This record gives sequence, C-alpha cells and structure tokens, in this order.
Amino acid sequence: MNLTLYVWRQKNADDKGRMEKYPAKNISSHMSFLEMLDVVNEDLIEQGVEPIAFDHDCREGICGMCSLVVNGRPHGPEKATTICQLHMRHFSDGDVIYIEPWRAKAFPVIKDLVVDRSAIDRIMAAGGFVSINTGGVPDANAIPISKTDADTAMDAAACIGCGACVAACKNASGMLFVAAKVSQFAHLPQGKVEASQRVRAMIDQMDIEGFGNCTNFQECEAACPKEISIKFIAKMNREYLKSSMAPTKG
Amino acid sequence: MKLDAKVPSGPLADKWTKHKFESKLVNPANKRKYSAIVVGSGLAGASAAASLAELGYEVSCFCFQDSPRRAHSISAQGGINAAKNYQNDGDSVYRLFYDTIKGGDFRSREANTYRLAEVSVNIIDQCVAQGVPFARDYGGLLDNRSFGGAQVSRTFYARGQTGQQLLLGAYSALSRQIGLGKVKMYNRAEMLDLVVVDGRTRGIVVRDLVSGKISSFAADAVLLATGGYGNVFYLSTNAKACNVTAIYRAYKRGALFANPCYMQIHPTCIPVTGDYQSKLTLMSESLRNDGRIWAPKKQGEDRAPGDIPENERDYFLERKYPSFGNLAPRDISSRSAQEVCNEGRGVGETKVGVYLDFADAINRLGKDVITERYGNLFDMYERITGEDPYTVPMRIYPASHYTMGGLWVDYNLESTIPGLFVLGEANFSDHGANRLGASALMQGLADGYFVIPYTLGDFYARSGQSGISTDHEAFKQTEREAVERQEKLLSINGKRTVDSFHREVGKIMWDNCGMSRNEAGLKKALETIPPIREEFWENVKVLGDNDEFNQSLEKAGRVADFLEFAEIMCHDALDREESCGAHFREEYQTEEGEAKRNDKKYTYVAAWEYNGVGKKPNLHKEELEFENVELATRSYK
Repeated sequence: MNLTLYVWRQKNADDKGRMEKYPAKNISSHMSFLEMLDVVNEDLIEQGVEPIAFDHDCREGICGMCSLVVNGRPHGPEKATTICQLHMRHFSDGDVIYIEPWRAKAFPVIKDLVVDRSAIDRIMAAGGFVSINTGGVPDANAIPISKTDADTAMDAAACIGCGACVAACKNASGMLFVAAKVSQFAHLPQGKVEASQRVRAMIDQMDIEGFGNCTNFQECEAACPKEISIKFIAKMNREYLKSSMAPTKG
Repeated sequence: MKLDAKVPSGPLADKWTKHKFESKLVNPANKRKYSAIVVGSGLAGASAAASLAELGYEVSCFCFQDSPRRAHSISAQGGINAAKNYQNDGDSVYRLFYDTIKGGDFRSREANTYRLAEVSVNIIDQCVAQGVPFARDYGGLLDNRSFGGAQVSRTFYARGQTGQQLLLGAYSALSRQIGLGKVKMYNRAEMLDLVVVDGRTRGIVVRDLVSGKISSFAADAVLLATGGYGNVFYLSTNAKACNVTAIYRAYKRGALFANPCYMQIHPTCIPVTGDYQSKLTLMSESLRNDGRIWAPKKQGEDRAPGDIPENERDYFLERKYPSFGNLAPRDISSRSAQEVCNEGRGVGETKVGVYLDFADAINRLGKDVITERYGNLFDMYERITGEDPYTVPMRIYPASHYTMGGLWVDYNLESTIPGLFVLGEANFSDHGANRLGASALMQGLADGYFVIPYTLGDFYARSGQSGISTDHEAFKQTEREAVERQEKLLSINGKRTVDSFHREVGKIMWDNCGMSRNEAGLKKALETIPPIREEFWENVKVLGDNDEFNQSLEKAGRVADFLEFAEIMCHDALDREESCGAHFREEYQTEEGEAKRNDKKYTYVAAWEYNGVGKKPNLHKEELEFENVELATRSYK
C-alpha cells in the first residue's frame, strides 16, 4: 500500500518545529508501524535528507521507549498496543497519517519525535521504591500475600513507563503512572511500611515536574498500552488522604 | 598469557563462603573514597550500582536509553530459576548446579556455576522484599513453573513479564540511590572506549547522545554490564540498540574475549515475514509447558493446520526425546525445527516455521487457565501475526537470542585488565556452551547483588585508588580518537545506509555462523566479511553532525564494531572442532544427528586476544577442571 505521512520535524529543543509531508511507498501489511518508518528513513537517507528521529528499542511492547502520537492518539488506534506492536494491516492504501511526539510541559522535545522523559525517573527517585538494602531480607515465603493482592499489585506493576497517559491527558497529568507505582506497593506488605511517605514524595515531585492533575476524563486509561486502570488513581488518592492523617512526618 | 581463574580451593560447596571470608574488606568509613563506573543498567548493572552505593562506594552509572528502566533485561518473559525447593520436588542447590553444567554441555567453570546456584535463593528473597509481584497461589505463597532442561519446578515468574518486574525492582533500588545522591546516573550516554594506563583500568570515554559531547570519566574500577552481542545477526530477539561496542572496545584495549561462538538460538520466536523485518519477537519458552510442537509429516503440505489429521502430524520433539518432549533444551529444540524445515516440512507462507499448538492444553485445562498463564503472550502473538492462537496453532522458528560468550572473567568477575569487571550477559562465565531457560535473569542479579559487592571490595582493598584523573594524557588521547572516529563516519558520505551493511553482515553470520556451522562456511564468512567492512568505511552514508542527537551516527559506530567482531566469532567457531551445546559443527555429530563433543581436546575456554583489525586473534586457553561432575553425554531422550 502507499501512504502519505505528515511528520513532526524539529531539529532540537530550540527549534520551533513543523509538520513535513513524506510519501511511504510499497508498504506491506505485515510490517510494524516502526518498520514502515524504517523504510521511509532509508529512502530519506538515500535522498540526503536526515532521517526522522524516534525513540524505540525492544520493539515488543515492553521497554516503554517508543512514543509516537499517531493521528492524534498516543500509540495509535489499536487498544492495548504500543506503537512498536501496531502492524500496518490496520491501515489502508491511500491513508494519510499524522505522526507527532508526546506533547507535555514535563516532556520537552529533544529532536523530531524524541522527547525527554527524565521527569519520570525523578519521580521514581523521590519515592518509587521500598527502602531496603541488598541482603538481610527474610525468606521470600515468610510473609504470605493473598493472591488477590499479589494479582492487583501485578496489574499496577505492568506499567511500562512510556508516558502515553501524560500525552493523552488534556492536563498532561502524570497521575496514572504515579498511581500505578503507589498502588503496586500499597497492595504489598513490603510496601506498606512507608506507604505514607511514598505517596507524598512522589506526588510532590510530580507537581515540581510540571505535570497537571487528574480531572477524570479517563483518556489515560484509554491510551495506556498496558490497560492500567484508573481505579489506581482512586487508590492513590485514598493513600494520599490517609497520609495527611498519618502521625509520622511525611 | 596464563589465565588464572582464581577459583578458591576446597570442596565445591564451601568455596564461595571461604572466598568471601578470605576477601579483604574496605572499612565502612573508607568506602566513600572508592569510585566505580557501571556501564549498563539492566539486571546486572542496576543491581550492582544500587548494591555498591548502598555499601557506601561512590557510583556513576551510564545507560544509552532514555532511562535505566528500559534496558533489554526488561524483555525477558518466562521467569527466574532458584533452588528454593518450595515445591518439594527434589530440587537443591546441587541439582540446579548440575542442571546448569549439564545444560551448558560441560563447558562452564564448576565453581562459578555452583556459586550461581547457591546465591539463586537469595535473589528471590531480595526481589520479594523489594515488592516484586511474583505469581502466588491461593495460600499466598510463591508459585513455580517448570522450564526447558529441568525436571523440577523451580522457575519463579510474574505473568509473562518476569524480566520487567525484576528489572523494575533493581531500577527502584537504583532510583533510591539516585535520589539519595549516592549514584550519579547518566541517561542517553554511550560508552565509546575504555581507558587503560599502566595495565590498570582508569575510566571510560562517553558520548552524550543528546548533545553529542564526548567526555571522560575516571574511577577506581569499571564494571561493564552491557549485555550480549546477538545483534551481530541483525535479526535477533535483542532490542534494536543492543550492541557489542562496550565489550569490543575493552577487548581492543586488552581484555580477552571468551567463547564468542557460543550463541544461543531461542526455539520459539515468531518467524520472519519479509526483508523489511527489523527484529524477531520471542514467545516465552514457558509456552512449551503446555504447547505441543509439530510439523506435517508430508513435505510441501498446504492444508490449514486444523485440516491436518492427527496421524499426519509429527510431534517431533515428543518423538525424538520422549522423557523431555517439548521441554528439551533450547539448542536441541532449535536444531530439530531447522531439520524439519530443511526437509521441506516447514509451515506458514515462507515455509520456515513449525507449529506450537495449544489445542490439547485448552481441552484439558480450559481456555481460562491458558489465558491466565499466557494471556499477554497470546495477545502479543495476535497483534504481530493477525492470527488467534487460541484457535490456530502458533507458528514459531528459532532466532538468535542470547550470547553465552563474552569477556573472559575470573571467579571475581574481573577481566584480564585489572580493575575491569564484567557482569551478566556481557561476561562468559556461568552458562558454558548453552544457557538454560530462566537462568539469564538469575545470573544478572547474582552478579550484581551478591557477587560483585564482595569481589570489588577485595579489589579496592588490594589495589587501592587509581590516582589518575581525566586530566591524564591517556584520557585526552582516547577522547581525541573517539572524536576522530565520529568525524570519519560523518565524512564518508557514500551511498549505502548503515542498516544495509548491518543486514548484509548479519545474513552472512546467520548462514555461516548461526544455528549450525561447518568449516567451509566459516572460511567463506571470513573471506566475505573484510570486503564488506572495507566498503563500509568507504561507502556508508551517515547524515547530520556529531554535536547533536544523531541516531544514524550511533548506529554507525555500533555496526562498525560488529563488522570487526563478526570475524572473531567465526575464528572461534572454526577453532572449536567439536559440537557442544549451542555450537553445532556439522562435521561433528553422531549418527542420529546429535552434537558430538570432544572432551579430550576441547574442555577449554577459548579466550581471544586482540591482534589488529582483520587479523586472527591470539588464542589463550583456560582448561576447565571437573572435580565434581562426570562428563556425560547430554541425553534428553
């Protein structure tokens, strides 16, 4: 099939940026979306045009590196699918496709479709952990954890930290990401010990980074390639409320 | 060069305890005076960086991704082995050790492998304490599954995302140290070279991938945890950016490269569909617990799988290996699939693939159980192929997956350059000629959490600080060389893209140094690679500049190294005139087509020393000594 692409090109953080039009010719329906971009890039290089920069790595939907807004939707049209796992059979000959980077104050553009997501790392460094050192921990079966709790923790932990939730949100809120981490730990006995400090620290950092807040539009859940539920945002809010009443200094 | 593995004396089970006791310690107050650079932030790198910082050392960590959480360990699906014997099915440290040695076809160092099995139990405890949500049963205790090459259930898992969860555990420990200011983290930073002065490692030269700035970092020790080199084949299950550069640069600076030809093919990947293919997707080996592998008995079969009656199907693994069946080790399963396709019995459009069928398991256990066990893998398969594996059997074919070879290290994980340590897949140490499923995660975390914190302390206590800063001429010189290389790549302005060279050399390697090798093919590869390399340096086209974010330039540097490294793999495969584990030399097989080892001649680790580009490297041998296990013919029948 033959397609027309409109792609965001921006030389660096200081450049204003613009949409450029490129043809994508002889695209097989078996290709992944990123393989389609590879083909376009090979053509561009041969013409002496700098290839389109985009982040990607594992190309199997787990590393969280790929980050394209396709036709206005983070990770494109397919539910529960990262853009690296989206295949061209979902498009038709003659389609026009718009490709843009994640857009959020907290994710400045580095080049073309590549953005800086280090804000996510800083939120993690503020409290996304259990404060234990290597060694000296109890036997793994010493504390039984109900299957329901373990499964719920895993549902939350499935987050790949790609930032699609932020890109989808009109407030550029990072709450789904933060909530997933807070909830994972809040459902496990190992994480409960410092639950109150954690939720405070992570939310404080989220605010510092310039993410917006949640106004219940649920766009994040719809865009999330791992289908992280917004029920975790409710869980996080409960944890936050609890922490405000906790006797320990947060 | 005499290779001293520094294996402690004494009974196997006591070696590590004894070694830890005999290791020198650094006084807690002095630890902050010693610095370590960790390159890579996967399971080995992140766990090492976090653990060393917790001890009080001054740690810097570098990764080329945008966050340490993206390292390729994240893609591991199936699980992690540990000799917990929670299932009461006869597992023990010794059994895990023995399975690993046997699975590696008796080509690994006994003491290292035993230590790996020994610390495996601590890893699970550590991960649970970090909040890793492993699968649990209804009583609240940890669940296990079985994996290829083992007859006990010792694999811990978190759905089909075990690597992700373990990495996020290590990343959270690392994040905590970053937040505390104990680890200085450099994201989007790629190591371009190693700096060695007076025979000791002094630091690294790094390119900031955003600004393009090339600069130096000095430390008292450097730890490479930079993963494997499976992308030498272009198509592999590795992430796109996985590369050999860090360990290859260290090799060029004097570290020996051990067993480069030991490269594991994973039996269950989604088959190739076309030339545009950018990578191969792995389907967890755990699927083989419930899926049955088969091919049509008839050549050129063109009926849909559902229309092929039972008596016209060949469940070839169950037929050839009745006791292990579909759980035969990876190398054996892979070669069997290749044989079937070579016989013209392959399936799918390209006829390069076999079926992995869940119909029986769904009948026996119900669809819900299968969904719970493998739901995310089934979804992934459907996304990629557009076929529903609940109703149509999956099509699978082997692909390059994991490299057992890597930089040579002694028992302390120290390479032949003092002060350079190598962890995880980047070293060669524990898996011999073939790695068992669910053991890569185990090794990465064992090295990072439980080995290096002891052995690095001993190194510091014995060797003291480096005392050489980045002002030293050697750093300046190495930086200049790195800059010149970038400029050279940009100045060629030829006609071919970087990827086209990578594909070309990858195909030569897959055809001649892949799943099976022979003398003629390897010699042919050694003749064909140098002209490709020469053309690369004359005709590659890399656009843009060095002082900006430039993905083509990053790729060009990595592919240039693959073009040199590929030859070393071929030399090693040519030298090893036997078949063992994943290394299958067609000239050396039994009448039934099984691998035939030559224990008289080849129970050595082949450690290669750099001798100039395009020149045959010098071979050094570490003879493996087997004091505890008897070298048996591996049989999974």
